[in-house]
Amino acid sequence: MLNAIGILGLGGLAGTVALGLGSTPPDRVQGELVRMIYIHPPLAWTTYLAFAVTGLFSALYLWRQQPRHDQIAASSAEVGVVLCSLTLVTGSLWGRPTWGVWWTWDARLTTTALLLALFAGYLALRRVVPEPVTRARRGALLALVAVADIPLVHFSVKLWRTLHQQPTLLRPDPQIAGVQAWTLLLGFASLTLVYVWLTGRRARVEGLAQLAEGRALDLAVASR
Amino acid sequence: MLREAYVVAAKDLRVEARSHVARTQVVPFALVVVVLFGLALDPDRGLLTRAAPGLLWVTVLLTTLLATQRSLALESADRAVDQLRLSGVDPAAVFLGKAAALSIQLLLVVSALALGVVVLYGAVLASPLLLVASALLATAGLALAGTLYGAVAAGLRVRETLVPLLVLPVVAPVLLGATRAWEAGVGLAVSDGWPWVRLLVAFTVVFGAAGVLAFGPLLEEA
Repeated sequence: MLNAIGILGLGGLAGTVALGLGSTPPDRVQGELVRMIYIHPPLAWTTYLAFAVTGLFSALYLWRQQPRHDQIAASSAEVGVVLCSLTLVTGSLWGRPTWGVWWTWDARLTTTALLLALFAGYLALRRVVPEPVTRARRGALLALVAVADIPLVHFSVKLWRTLHQQPTLLRPDPQIAGVQAWTLLLGFASLTLVYVWLTGRRARVEGLAQLAEGRALDLAVASR
Repeated sequence: MLREAYVVAAKDLRVEARSHVARTQVVPFALVVVVLFGLALDPDRGLLTRAAPGLLWVTVLLTTLLATQRSLALESADRAVDQLRLSGVDPAAVFLGKAAALSIQLLLVVSALALGVVVLYGAVLASPLLLVASALLATAGLALAGTLYGAVAAGLRVRETLVPLLVLPVVAPVLLGATRAWEAGVGLAVSDGWPWVRLLVAFTVVFGAAGVLAFGPLLEEA
């Protein structure tokens, strides 16, 4: 099942690249630069999805105390940090030719950068707590507080300044149509599948690692 | 619960008053940072005056890290936290009490710094009500977040380096809110400062609630 999702996602991603670079026409205003739209917004979407999943599974863990939920939360955060970095890098590459700057202190950019810092902290905490139950519980609390902090961060920087382009696709009168719209949708769908695949894989590895840790302890005790 | 919180806060403040760490180390540290900003940015009055609110609140943020470490060290030294846990005091009261003590110390730092930026950077404290309200809320927010994250990192060997990484991104809204409110308060910005005060209220409420809920489990395993 997971492998099927992975194959579909990677195939879709290859299709997005082919369509985005080949079949879609350049934009009237942005020219060839518009091709970034097939990769940057899907990356941003999967970043937010990944962190939302971390928040959700952290809450589930605190409620049910199932190690499985903790493993999914942690894996999703790891994948999310990678996606978030890619979002910032692709956004920066797109911003330089269109806005003239690599970085601007816009609401969404700043929120995303702080999001990266918040979840980098979450991963750093998980690294240094040796005991699995303590790690899971503190990690879950930290993730929930981080999720509660996101609206505050977003509202504060929005009150501060905004420049970023408004949504193109998800609005009553989509600003994009035809092959371009389909390529963008394919990008969203396949990157989401890739995210699910990576997180699922990572969670499985995490589960096995924890199992191995437990076994190693049992063996050490038995050999005494 | 408030009475217990008061007792915890009084205990922390009493320890600080007797150890002199806050007075002889934390406040001077903050003032040194303000002087260093002056050196780094060249004592050009115009630039320093314009940047004064931002520099002041960055300094308060750095001081928060020091004061938080100090507040945590009080409990981890000699395993005082075990006594606190066994005393039967409501963990929420411990959280609020420690945060209140931290907040009062930070307010002292802000007062000293405000004096510093007036004297050294030539800032003018134009609307005192806005300045005081935002300072009260911002220090409360910083103290609540610092205390909560301190507990998350409690008992870890890498606490000193981990706490700043965890706290700083989280308190970004406080830095923004307090700085913008102070810019309005010292007459630098034409915009209204009060929407930022509302943001600070929201931050304080969210972190107060999070700490009250989470401190019990965190204290249990510290």
